[in-house]
Amino acid sequence: MTASVTELTVTAEDRRVAWLATAAVALSLVDAAIPSPLPGVKPGLANIVTLVVLQRYGWATAVWVSGLRVLAGSLLLGYFLAPGFFLSLTGTAFSLATLGLARHLPARWFGPVSLSILAAFAHIGGQLLLARAWLIPHDGVFLLTPVFAAAALVFGTLNGLIAAKLLMEPSAAATHR
Amino acid sequence: MHWLALLRPGDWLVMAGGAALVGLSLPLLWQGGFAERAIIRQNGQVYAEADLHSRRDFAVPGPLGTTLIAIEPGRARVVADPGPRQYCVRQGWLRRPGEIAICAPNRVSLQIAGRTRAYDSLSY
Repeated sequence: MTASVTELTVTAEDRRVAWLATAAVALSLVDAAIPSPLPGVKPGLANIVTLVVLQRYGWATAVWVSGLRVLAGSLLLGYFLAPGFFLSLTGTAFSLATLGLARHLPARWFGPVSLSILAAFAHIGGQLLLARAWLIPHDGVFLLTPVFAAAALVFGTLNGLIAAKLLMEPSAAATHR
Repeated sequence: MHWLALLRPGDWLVMAGGAALVGLSLPLLWQGGFAERAIIRQNGQVYAEADLHSRRDFAVPGPLGTTLIAIEPGRARVVADPGPRQYCVRQGWLRRPGEIAICAPNRVSLQIAGRTRAYDSLSY
């Protein structure tokens, strides 16, 4: 076997991001398999991974993992560069920005549940704004805001609780930090 | 309950804030207002207006015959129409502002109106 001309050095951090992104993609697939009464109302299980990554490895890793998840998830589900991809990307960008700010909240008072709810609202808010600006340029888009907001609250709370539970458990990976 | 132990004080605050946001956004679902009146038109002219508070029946004459309209608390419908395709009858009960059943052959329409008008005019 000839040695490759280009040599990519894979760091432990790269491997970690890849593994975590894989977990997030798997949860995205589970998400897509759950029937939903309304397009846009989804549990967003992959955000559990984002929350855990944010707490354990920091915001930059969370951005990597989320970005890769959106990309790989859309390729696997076949909506890469379709409107759903941009909605997904916008929602993720908004929630990551929110998480970037919210993680500076005092940890004694605000746990993963707070972060999760805030991120969920940012996610749906960003998606609604993109939908209004680009896909359906009419204020009628906002008629369903109460439904989306309620879903964000419920699923944000549930995902936050699951993330909090996972973060309670000691992890071997956490010591690598 | 061990799930409750995962919540920190601020989390309750954020949850309450989120619930308040959902509550504040609820009026968006009823933007058109509640159904208050039924407007019956014959040949484009208002034939009758009825409050959706009590039971009433109307028999509206048209070029083909008589269209029967029933008003009930909160809803209204076309009961019978001499038109050939019966679209307006098959629409069933109308209960949201802006909803309209048009019996075109007999030139009769039944529309539900709320306090605010969602549309200036509709064309088909």
